[in-house]
Amino acid sequence: MSLSSVVIVGAGQAGFQVAASLRQGGFTGRISLINNEPGLPYQRPPLSKAYLLGKITASNLAFRPEAFFDQQQIELLQDDAVTIDRQNQHVVLASGKSLHYDHLVLATGAHNRPLSVPGDNLEGVFGIKTLADADALAPRVKDARNVVVIGSGFIGLEFAAVAAALGASVHVVDLGDRPMARAVSSEMAAAFRQTHESWGVQFHFHHGVTRLIGENGQITAVETTDGKILPAELLVYGIGVIPNITVANEAGLAIENGIKVDANLLTSDSHISAIGDVACFPCLQNEGEHTRIESVPNAMDQARTVASRLLGNASPFNALPWFWTDQGNLKLQIAGLSSGYDNTVILGSEATQQFSVLCFRKGQLVAVESCNRPGDHLAGKKILSRPPELTSAEASAPDFDLKTWELAHRP
Amino acid sequence: MPKITLIEHNGTQHTVVGEVGQSVMQAAMNAMIPGIQGDCGGACSCATCHAFVDEAWVNSVPQAEECESDMLEFASTRRDNSRLTCQLVIHDDMDGIVLHLPESQY
Repeated sequence: MSLSSVVIVGAGQAGFQVAASLRQGGFTGRISLINNEPGLPYQRPPLSKAYLLGKITASNLAFRPEAFFDQQQIELLQDDAVTIDRQNQHVVLASGKSLHYDHLVLATGAHNRPLSVPGDNLEGVFGIKTLADADALAPRVKDARNVVVIGSGFIGLEFAAVAAALGASVHVVDLGDRPMARAVSSEMAAAFRQTHESWGVQFHFHHGVTRLIGENGQITAVETTDGKILPAELLVYGIGVIPNITVANEAGLAIENGIKVDANLLTSDSHISAIGDVACFPCLQNEGEHTRIESVPNAMDQARTVASRLLGNASPFNALPWFWTDQGNLKLQIAGLSSGYDNTVILGSEATQQFSVLCFRKGQLVAVESCNRPGDHLAGKKILSRPPELTSAEASAPDFDLKTWELAHRP
Repeated sequence: MPKITLIEHNGTQHTVVGEVGQSVMQAAMNAMIPGIQGDCGGACSCATCHAFVDEAWVNSVPQAEECESDMLEFASTRRDNSRLTCQLVIHDDMDGIVLHLPESQY
Protein backbone atom coordinates (compact mmCIF):
# COMPACT_ATOMS: atom_id res chain seq x y z
CA MET A 1 0.00 0.00 0.00
CA SER A 2 1.63 3.20 -1.12
CA LEU A 3 0.16 6.37 0.27
CA SER A 4 0.76 9.83 -1.05
CA SER A 5 -1.67 11.85 1.04
CA VAL A 6 -2.82 11.65 4.64
CA VAL A 7 -5.46 14.03 5.96
CA ILE A 8 -5.82 14.32 9.73
CA VAL A 9 -8.95 15.90 11.17
CA GLY A 10 -8.23 17.36 14.59
CA ALA A 11 -4.94 18.81 15.82
CA GLY A 12 -5.07 17.80 19.46
CA GLN A 13 -2.61 15.42 21.02
CA ALA A 14 -3.65 12.46 18.82
CA GLY A 15 -3.89 14.29 15.49
CA PHE A 16 -0.64 16.17 15.96
CA GLN A 17 1.21 13.03 16.99
CA VAL A 18 0.17 11.15 13.84
CA ALA A 19 1.67 13.92 11.72
CA ALA A 20 4.89 14.04 13.77
CA SER A 21 5.28 10.24 13.86
CA LEU A 22 4.67 9.93 10.12
CA ARG A 23 7.46 12.40 9.37
CA GLN A 24 9.74 10.87 11.98
CA GLY A 25 9.15 7.50 10.34
CA GLY A 26 10.15 8.83 6.93
CA PHE A 27 6.78 9.45 5.27
CA THR A 28 7.33 11.77 2.33
CA GLY A 29 3.76 12.24 1.09
CA ARG A 30 1.45 15.12 1.81
CA ILE A 31 0.22 15.59 5.38
CA SER A 32 -2.69 17.94 6.02
CA LEU A 33 -3.54 18.63 9.64
CA ILE A 34 -6.90 20.30 10.13
CA ASN A 35 -7.10 22.43 13.27
CA ASN A 36 -10.48 23.89 14.21
CA GLU A 37 -8.94 26.15 16.83
CA PRO A 38 -6.86 29.30 16.32
CA GLY A 39 -3.08 29.19 16.66
CA LEU A 40 -0.64 26.32 16.88
CA PRO A 41 -1.70 22.89 18.15
CA TYR A 42 -1.18 22.77 21.91
CA GLN A 43 -1.27 20.52 24.94
CA ARG A 44 -4.36 20.67 27.13
CA PRO A 45 -3.37 19.10 30.48
CA PRO A 46 -1.79 22.30 31.91
CA LEU A 47 -4.95 24.34 31.16
CA SER A 48 -6.66 23.29 34.38
CA LYS A 49 -3.59 23.68 36.57
CA ALA A 50 -0.08 24.98 35.75
CA TYR A 51 -1.34 27.41 33.08
CA LEU A 52 -3.95 28.93 35.43
CA LEU A 53 -1.25 29.39 38.06
CA GLY A 54 1.00 31.14 35.54
CA LYS A 55 3.64 28.41 35.82
CA ILE A 56 3.61 27.80 32.09
CA THR A 57 3.09 30.32 29.30
CA ALA A 58 0.97 29.98 26.17
CA SER A 59 4.03 29.66 23.92
CA ASN A 60 5.20 26.69 26.01
CA LEU A 61 1.84 25.00 25.55
CA ALA A 62 2.38 24.63 21.80
CA PHE A 63 3.54 21.13 20.88
CA ARG A 64 6.04 22.65 18.47
CA PRO A 65 6.89 26.14 17.18
CA GLU A 66 5.52 27.34 13.86
CA ALA A 67 8.81 26.71 12.06
CA PHE A 68 8.47 23.00 12.80
CA PHE A 69 5.39 22.71 10.60
CA ASP A 70 7.18 24.42 7.71
CA GLN A 71 10.36 22.39 8.13
CA GLN A 72 8.46 19.13 8.34
CA GLN A 73 6.08 20.10 5.55
CA ILE A 74 3.03 19.49 7.67
CA GLU A 75 0.24 21.55 6.14
CA LEU A 76 -1.58 23.09 9.10
CA LEU A 77 -5.03 24.30 8.08
CA GLN A 78 -7.15 26.43 10.38
CA ASP A 79 -10.42 24.98 9.23
CA ASP A 80 -12.90 22.27 10.07
CA ALA A 81 -14.13 19.13 8.37
CA VAL A 82 -17.77 19.36 7.33
CA THR A 83 -18.36 16.25 5.26
CA ILE A 84 -16.49 13.15 4.23
CA ASP A 85 -17.08 11.95 0.68
CA ARG A 86 -15.96 8.36 1.19
CA GLN A 87 -16.60 7.24 -2.36
CA ASN A 88 -14.22 9.81 -3.82
CA GLN A 89 -12.00 9.97 -0.73
CA HIS A 90 -12.45 13.67 -0.17
CA VAL A 91 -12.91 15.76 2.95
CA VAL A 92 -14.88 18.94 2.47
CA LEU A 93 -13.89 21.75 4.81
CA ALA A 94 -15.85 24.64 6.31
CA SER A 95 -13.93 27.03 4.05
CA GLY A 96 -15.31 25.18 1.04
CA LYS A 97 -11.93 23.63 0.27
CA SER A 98 -11.91 19.96 -0.64
CA LEU A 99 -8.97 17.69 0.18
CA HIS A 100 -8.28 14.30 -1.35
CA TYR A 101 -7.00 11.61 1.00
CA ASP A 102 -5.40 8.25 0.46
CA HIS A 103 -5.91 7.77 4.16
CA LEU A 104 -7.98 9.81 6.58
CA VAL A 105 -7.37 9.96 10.33
CA LEU A 106 -10.23 11.19 12.50
CA ALA A 107 -8.89 12.65 15.73
CA THR A 108 -11.85 14.91 16.41
CA GLY A 109 -11.73 14.57 20.20
CA ALA A 110 -14.62 15.39 22.45
CA HIS A 111 -16.47 18.40 23.83
CA ASN A 112 -17.59 19.15 27.36
CA ARG A 113 -20.90 17.71 28.42
CA PRO A 114 -22.98 20.85 28.97
CA LEU A 115 -24.26 21.70 32.42
CA SER A 116 -27.82 22.20 31.11
CA VAL A 117 -29.41 23.82 34.14
CA PRO A 118 -31.29 27.12 34.31
CA GLY A 119 -28.75 29.94 34.47
CA ASP A 120 -25.97 28.11 32.67
CA ASN A 121 -25.58 31.07 30.28
CA LEU A 122 -24.59 33.46 33.10
CA GLU A 123 -21.21 35.20 33.10
CA GLY A 124 -18.72 33.40 35.30
CA VAL A 125 -19.67 29.86 34.23
CA PHE A 126 -16.84 27.92 32.66
CA GLY A 127 -15.91 24.55 31.28
CA ILE A 128 -12.19 24.00 30.67
CA LYS A 129 -11.45 22.43 27.31
CA THR A 130 -9.64 24.98 25.16
CA LEU A 131 -6.92 27.56 25.56
CA ALA A 132 -9.62 30.19 25.02
CA ASP A 133 -11.55 28.76 28.01
CA ALA A 134 -8.44 28.91 30.19
CA ASP A 135 -7.57 32.43 29.02
CA ALA A 136 -11.04 33.66 29.95
CA LEU A 137 -10.94 31.85 33.28
CA ALA A 138 -7.39 32.72 34.44
CA PRO A 139 -7.94 36.41 35.34
CA ARG A 140 -11.18 35.60 37.17
CA VAL A 141 -9.83 32.82 39.35
CA LYS A 142 -7.22 35.15 40.83
CA ASP A 143 -9.89 37.44 42.29
CA ALA A 144 -12.66 34.95 43.04
CA ARG A 145 -13.57 34.57 46.71
CA ASN A 146 -16.33 31.99 46.25
CA VAL A 147 -15.89 29.21 43.75
CA VAL A 148 -18.19 26.28 43.02
CA VAL A 149 -16.97 23.28 41.07
CA ILE A 150 -19.48 20.87 39.53
CA GLY A 151 -18.03 17.41 39.07
CA SER A 152 -15.14 15.88 41.01
CA GLY A 153 -13.24 14.22 38.18
CA PHE A 154 -9.65 15.09 37.30
CA ILE A 155 -10.49 18.49 35.78
CA GLY A 156 -12.81 19.54 38.60
CA LEU A 157 -10.35 18.55 41.30
CA GLU A 158 -7.34 20.05 39.53
CA PHE A 159 -9.22 23.31 39.29
CA ALA A 160 -10.43 23.07 42.90
CA ALA A 161 -6.81 22.70 44.03
CA VAL A 162 -5.81 25.78 42.02
CA ALA A 163 -8.69 27.89 43.35
CA ALA A 164 -8.01 26.81 46.94
CA ALA A 165 -4.30 27.62 46.53
CA LEU A 166 -5.25 31.09 45.31
CA GLY A 167 -7.27 31.65 48.46
CA ALA A 168 -10.85 31.08 47.32
CA SER A 169 -13.51 29.30 49.32
CA VAL A 170 -14.22 26.21 47.20
CA HIS A 171 -17.29 23.95 47.15
CA VAL A 172 -17.34 20.84 44.98
CA VAL A 173 -20.73 19.33 44.06
CA ASP A 174 -20.94 15.81 42.65
CA LEU A 175 -23.75 13.32 42.07
CA GLY A 176 -21.50 10.41 43.04
CA ASP A 177 -20.32 9.32 46.45
CA ARG A 178 -16.59 10.08 46.14
CA PRO A 179 -14.10 12.01 44.03
CA MET A 180 -12.77 10.58 40.76
CA ALA A 181 -15.20 7.68 41.15
CA ARG A 182 -14.86 6.68 37.50
CA ALA A 183 -11.08 6.56 37.62
CA VAL A 184 -9.73 5.41 40.97
CA SER A 185 -10.28 3.00 43.86
CA SER A 186 -12.27 4.11 46.88
CA GLU A 187 -9.07 4.07 48.96
CA MET A 188 -7.33 6.54 46.66
CA ALA A 189 -10.49 8.64 46.39
CA ALA A 190 -10.74 8.86 50.19
CA ALA A 191 -7.15 10.04 50.49
CA PHE A 192 -7.66 12.72 47.86
CA ARG A 193 -10.87 13.84 49.52
CA GLN A 194 -9.09 14.20 52.84
CA THR A 195 -6.24 16.21 51.35
CA HIS A 196 -8.57 18.53 49.46
CA GLU A 197 -10.50 19.07 52.68
CA SER A 198 -7.25 19.97 54.43
CA TRP A 199 -6.89 22.72 51.80
CA GLY A 200 -10.34 24.00 52.72
CA VAL A 201 -12.27 22.42 49.84
CA GLN A 202 -15.81 21.39 50.87
CA PHE A 203 -17.49 18.46 49.14
CA HIS A 204 -21.21 17.93 48.55
CA PHE A 205 -21.63 14.35 47.34
CA HIS A 206 -24.88 12.70 46.22
CA HIS A 207 -26.09 16.09 45.04
CA GLY A 208 -26.56 17.88 41.77
CA VAL A 209 -27.41 21.42 40.84
CA THR A 210 -30.94 22.65 40.22
CA ARG A 211 -30.18 26.18 39.03
CA LEU A 212 -27.60 28.92 38.88
CA ILE A 213 -28.61 32.23 40.40
CA GLY A 214 -27.39 35.52 38.91
CA GLU A 215 -27.52 39.26 39.14
CA ASN A 216 -27.13 41.51 36.10
CA GLY A 217 -26.13 38.52 34.05
CA GLN A 218 -23.34 37.48 36.44
CA ILE A 219 -23.49 34.29 38.52
CA THR A 220 -23.81 34.91 42.26
CA ALA A 221 -24.86 31.53 43.66
CA VAL A 222 -25.66 27.89 42.96
CA GLU A 223 -28.67 26.00 44.26
CA THR A 224 -28.04 22.31 44.93
CA THR A 225 -30.62 19.54 44.76
CA ASP A 226 -30.89 19.48 48.57
CA GLY A 227 -31.83 23.16 48.56
CA LYS A 228 -28.51 24.62 49.70
CA ILE A 229 -27.50 27.98 48.26
CA LEU A 230 -23.75 28.17 47.69
CA PRO A 231 -22.40 31.64 46.92
CA ALA A 232 -20.31 31.72 43.73
CA GLU A 233 -18.74 34.40 41.57
CA LEU A 234 -17.16 31.65 39.57
CA LEU A 235 -18.39 28.20 38.60
CA VAL A 236 -16.35 25.59 36.79
CA TYR A 237 -17.95 22.39 35.58
CA GLY A 238 -16.25 19.19 34.52
CA ILE A 239 -18.95 16.57 34.19
CA GLY A 240 -17.58 14.47 31.40
CA VAL A 241 -17.23 14.83 27.66
CA ILE A 242 -19.13 13.81 24.55
CA PRO A 243 -17.16 12.44 21.60
CA ASN A 244 -17.24 14.54 18.42
CA ILE A 245 -18.80 12.05 16.04
CA THR A 246 -21.10 14.19 13.86
CA VAL A 247 -19.03 14.14 10.68
CA ALA A 248 -18.20 10.43 11.04
CA ASN A 249 -21.83 9.58 11.74
CA GLU A 250 -23.10 11.52 8.73
CA ALA A 251 -20.52 9.71 6.60
CA GLY A 252 -22.08 6.43 7.69
CA LEU A 253 -19.16 5.12 9.74
CA ALA A 254 -19.99 2.67 12.52
CA ILE A 255 -20.63 4.51 15.79
CA GLU A 256 -20.63 3.01 19.27
CA ASN A 257 -19.95 5.41 22.13
CA GLY A 258 -17.61 7.23 19.74
CA ILE A 259 -16.27 6.15 16.38
CA LYS A 260 -16.04 2.38 16.44
CA VAL A 261 -12.68 0.98 15.37
CA ASP A 262 -11.09 -2.45 15.20
CA ALA A 263 -7.92 -3.64 16.91
CA ASN A 264 -5.88 -1.83 14.24
CA LEU A 265 -7.81 1.38 14.94
CA LEU A 266 -9.50 1.24 11.54
CA THR A 267 -13.09 2.41 11.25
CA SER A 268 -15.70 0.52 9.25
CA ASP A 269 -14.04 2.13 6.18
CA SER A 270 -10.53 0.76 5.61
CA HIS A 271 -9.35 4.16 4.32
CA ILE A 272 -10.27 5.84 7.59
CA SER A 273 -8.75 5.47 11.07
CA ALA A 274 -10.01 7.02 14.29
CA ILE A 275 -7.87 7.68 17.37
CA GLY A 276 -7.81 9.46 20.69
CA ASP A 277 -10.78 10.58 22.78
CA VAL A 278 -13.24 9.92 19.95
CA ALA A 279 -12.21 6.32 19.20
CA CYS A 280 -13.97 3.34 20.76
CA PHE A 281 -11.61 0.40 20.44
CA PRO A 282 -11.46 -3.22 21.65
CA CYS A 283 -9.46 -2.78 24.85
CA LEU A 284 -7.23 -5.64 25.96
CA GLN A 285 -7.21 -4.38 29.55
CA ASN A 286 -11.02 -4.21 29.60
CA GLU A 287 -11.57 -7.85 28.62
CA GLY A 288 -11.70 -6.92 24.93
CA GLU A 289 -14.76 -4.69 25.39
CA HIS A 290 -15.05 -1.69 23.11
CA THR A 291 -13.79 1.17 25.25
CA ARG A 292 -13.14 4.86 24.82
CA ILE A 293 -10.26 6.30 26.80
CA GLU A 294 -9.83 10.01 27.38
CA SER A 295 -6.15 10.54 28.06
CA VAL A 296 -3.02 11.99 26.56
CA PRO A 297 -1.03 8.72 26.67
CA ASN A 298 -3.85 6.88 24.91
CA ALA A 299 -3.93 9.56 22.22
CA MET A 300 -0.16 9.39 21.73
CA ASP A 301 0.03 5.60 21.69
CA GLN A 302 -2.88 5.28 19.26
CA ALA A 303 -1.33 7.93 17.00
CA ARG A 304 1.94 5.99 16.90
CA THR A 305 0.12 2.74 16.14
CA VAL A 306 -1.68 4.33 13.18
CA ALA A 307 1.46 6.09 11.91
CA SER A 308 3.34 2.76 12.01
CA ARG A 309 0.57 1.05 10.08
CA LEU A 310 0.56 3.77 7.44
CA LEU A 311 4.32 3.31 7.17
CA GLY A 312 3.82 -0.39 6.52
CA ASN A 313 4.23 -1.88 10.00
CA ALA A 314 0.73 -2.81 11.08
CA SER A 315 0.22 -4.21 14.53
CA PRO A 316 -2.83 -4.25 16.78
CA PHE A 317 -3.12 -1.55 19.41
CA ASN A 318 -2.41 -2.98 22.84
CA ALA A 319 -0.70 -0.23 24.82
CA LEU A 320 -1.32 -0.20 28.55
CA PRO A 321 -3.67 2.67 29.46
CA TRP A 322 -2.18 5.15 31.91
CA PHE A 323 -3.19 8.47 33.35
CA TRP A 324 -1.90 11.24 35.56
CA THR A 325 -3.29 14.19 37.43
CA ASP A 326 -1.50 16.87 39.48
CA GLN A 327 -3.52 18.40 42.30
CA GLY A 328 -1.69 20.75 44.63
CA ASN A 329 1.28 18.76 45.95
CA LEU A 330 -0.31 15.44 44.96
CA LYS A 331 0.84 13.65 41.84
CA LEU A 332 -1.44 10.75 41.02
CA GLN A 333 -0.31 8.32 38.35
CA ILE A 334 -2.44 5.39 37.31
CA ALA A 335 -1.27 2.40 35.29
CA GLY A 336 -3.97 0.09 33.94
CA LEU A 337 -7.76 0.15 34.37
CA SER A 338 -9.19 -0.53 37.81
CA SER A 339 -12.79 -1.03 36.65
CA GLY A 340 -14.38 -4.01 38.34
CA TYR A 341 -11.57 -4.44 40.91
CA ASP A 342 -12.55 -6.57 43.88
CA ASN A 343 -9.49 -6.40 46.12
CA THR A 344 -6.78 -3.88 46.95
CA VAL A 345 -3.38 -3.85 48.63
CA ILE A 346 -1.97 -0.55 49.90
CA LEU A 347 1.77 0.09 49.80
CA GLY A 348 3.35 2.92 51.77
CA SER A 349 1.53 5.28 54.05
CA GLU A 350 -1.53 7.37 53.31
CA ALA A 351 -0.52 9.64 56.20
CA THR A 352 2.65 10.74 54.40
CA GLN A 353 0.78 11.21 51.11
CA GLN A 354 3.18 8.76 49.52
CA PHE A 355 1.39 5.52 48.82
CA SER A 356 0.15 3.21 46.09
CA VAL A 357 -3.03 1.19 45.76
CA LEU A 358 -2.72 -2.09 43.87
CA CYS A 359 -6.09 -3.08 42.40
CA PHE A 360 -6.83 -6.75 41.74
CA ARG A 361 -9.71 -8.31 39.83
CA LYS A 362 -10.32 -12.02 40.34
CA GLY A 363 -6.84 -12.29 41.82
CA GLN A 364 -5.17 -10.57 38.89
CA LEU A 365 -3.43 -7.20 39.14
CA VAL A 366 -5.33 -4.76 36.91
CA ALA A 367 -4.17 -1.32 38.05
CA VAL A 368 -1.52 0.45 40.11
CA GLU A 369 -2.51 3.85 41.48
CA SER A 370 0.41 5.83 42.85
CA CYS A 371 0.22 9.01 44.87
CA ASN A 372 3.63 10.72 45.02
CA ARG A 373 5.31 7.34 44.39
CA PRO A 374 6.44 7.67 40.76
CA GLY A 375 8.79 4.70 41.11
CA ASP A 376 5.81 2.45 41.85
CA HIS A 377 4.06 3.85 38.80
CA LEU A 378 6.91 2.93 36.49
CA ALA A 379 7.26 -0.50 38.10
CA GLY A 380 3.50 -1.00 37.84
CA LYS A 381 3.52 -0.16 34.15
CA LYS A 382 6.17 -2.80 33.53
CA ILE A 383 4.46 -5.45 35.65
CA LEU A 384 1.12 -4.84 33.94
CA SER A 385 2.68 -5.03 30.50
CA ARG A 386 3.97 -8.60 30.67
CA PRO A 387 3.98 -11.84 32.66
CA PRO A 388 4.49 -13.08 35.31
CA GLU A 389 1.48 -11.86 37.17
CA LEU A 390 1.79 -10.45 40.64
CA THR A 391 -0.70 -12.05 43.02
CA SER A 392 -2.44 -10.25 45.84
CA ALA A 393 -1.01 -12.82 48.26
CA GLU A 394 2.55 -11.87 47.27
CA ALA A 395 1.76 -8.16 47.41
CA SER A 396 0.23 -8.52 50.89
CA ALA A 397 3.44 -9.88 52.39
CA PRO A 398 5.04 -7.62 55.00
CA ASP A 399 7.80 -5.41 53.53
CA PHE A 400 6.62 -6.12 49.99
CA ASP A 401 8.13 -3.58 47.61
CA LEU A 402 6.81 -3.21 44.08
CA LYS A 403 10.07 -1.96 42.59
CA THR A 404 12.08 -4.78 44.16
CA TRP A 405 9.57 -7.34 42.90
CA GLU A 406 9.68 -5.93 39.39
CA LEU A 407 13.49 -5.99 39.33
CA ALA A 408 13.52 -9.58 40.57
CA HIS A 409 10.98 -10.72 37.96
CA ARG A 410 12.38 -8.86 34.99
CA PRO A 411 12.68 -11.25 32.06
CA MET B 1 21.18 30.92 22.36
CA PRO B 2 22.76 27.87 23.99
CA LYS B 3 23.71 24.94 21.80
CA ILE B 4 22.94 21.46 23.05
CA THR B 5 24.45 18.30 21.65
CA LEU B 6 22.49 15.07 21.92
CA ILE B 7 24.14 11.80 21.00
CA GLU B 8 21.91 8.87 20.16
CA HIS B 9 22.71 5.42 21.47
CA ASN B 10 23.97 4.46 18.00
CA GLY B 11 26.42 7.38 18.03
CA THR B 12 24.49 9.74 15.78
CA GLN B 13 25.15 13.25 16.96
CA HIS B 14 22.67 16.16 16.82
CA THR B 15 23.24 19.74 17.84
CA VAL B 16 20.17 21.81 18.56
CA VAL B 17 19.77 25.44 19.52
CA GLY B 18 17.74 25.92 22.67
CA GLU B 19 16.08 28.95 24.17
CA VAL B 20 16.87 30.06 27.70
CA GLY B 21 13.96 29.02 29.92
CA GLN B 22 12.90 26.17 27.64
CA SER B 23 13.47 22.57 28.69
CA VAL B 24 16.07 20.39 26.97
CA MET B 25 13.20 17.99 26.18
CA GLN B 26 11.29 20.68 24.31
CA ALA B 27 14.35 21.78 22.36
CA ALA B 28 15.05 18.15 21.40
CA MET B 29 11.44 17.49 20.41
CA ASN B 30 11.27 20.66 18.33
CA ALA B 31 14.27 19.36 16.42
CA MET B 32 12.69 15.87 16.01
CA ILE B 33 15.58 14.15 17.76
CA PRO B 34 14.81 10.43 17.77
CA GLY B 35 14.96 8.91 21.23
CA ILE B 36 13.26 11.68 23.23
CA GLN B 37 9.57 10.83 23.51
CA GLY B 38 8.20 13.31 26.06
CA ASP B 39 4.84 11.56 26.34
CA CYS B 40 3.49 13.66 29.20
CA GLY B 41 4.56 16.97 27.71
CA GLY B 42 7.03 17.78 30.45
CA ALA B 43 4.96 17.16 33.58
CA CYS B 44 7.53 14.79 35.12
CA SER B 45 5.01 11.96 34.82
CA CYS B 46 6.27 9.49 32.24
CA ALA B 47 10.10 9.25 32.24
CA THR B 48 10.30 9.04 28.42
CA CYS B 49 12.76 11.94 28.05
CA HIS B 50 15.61 10.25 29.91
CA ALA B 51 19.18 11.19 28.98
CA PHE B 52 22.68 10.94 30.49
CA VAL B 53 24.46 14.22 31.09
CA ASP B 54 28.02 13.94 29.77
CA GLU B 55 30.44 13.56 32.68
CA ALA B 56 32.14 16.85 31.83
CA TRP B 57 28.85 18.70 32.23
CA VAL B 58 27.35 17.04 35.30
CA ASN B 59 28.13 20.02 37.54
CA SER B 60 26.60 22.57 35.21
CA VAL B 61 23.05 21.38 35.79
CA PRO B 62 21.12 21.73 39.07
CA GLN B 63 20.36 18.64 41.15
CA ALA B 64 17.21 16.67 40.43
CA GLU B 65 14.22 17.39 42.65
CA GLU B 66 12.41 14.59 44.45
CA CYS B 67 9.83 13.73 41.81
CA GLU B 68 12.48 13.50 39.12
CA SER B 69 14.85 11.38 41.19
CA ASP B 70 12.01 9.03 42.15
CA MET B 71 11.10 8.57 38.51
CA LEU B 72 14.74 8.09 37.56
CA GLU B 73 15.26 5.56 40.32
CA PHE B 74 13.17 3.30 38.20
CA ALA B 75 13.97 4.36 34.67
CA SER B 76 15.50 1.53 32.72
CA THR B 77 19.28 1.81 32.28
CA ARG B 78 19.60 4.41 35.01
CA ARG B 79 23.06 5.80 35.82
CA ASP B 80 24.39 8.40 38.25
CA ASN B 81 24.29 11.02 35.50
CA SER B 82 20.71 10.19 34.45
CA ARG B 83 18.26 13.07 34.12
CA LEU B 84 14.78 13.69 32.79
CA THR B 85 15.33 16.34 30.16
CA CYS B 86 11.89 17.89 30.78
CA GLN B 87 13.27 19.04 34.14
CA LEU B 88 16.49 20.52 32.69
CA VAL B 89 15.75 24.17 32.07
CA ILE B 90 18.17 25.69 29.60
CA HIS B 91 20.36 28.57 30.82
CA ASP B 92 23.34 30.35 29.33
CA ASP B 93 25.92 28.30 31.25
CA MET B 94 24.68 25.21 29.45
CA ASP B 95 25.94 26.40 26.05
CA GLY B 96 27.76 23.43 24.55
CA ILE B 97 26.35 20.81 26.94
CA VAL B 98 26.46 17.21 25.75
CA LEU B 99 23.83 14.59 26.59
CA HIS B 100 23.76 10.92 25.67
CA LEU B 101 20.48 9.17 24.91
CA PRO B 102 19.61 5.69 26.19
CA GLU B 103 18.87 2.82 23.84
CA SER B 104 15.18 2.95 24.75
CA GLN B 105 12.87 5.12 26.81
CA TYR B 106 10.69 2.19 27.80
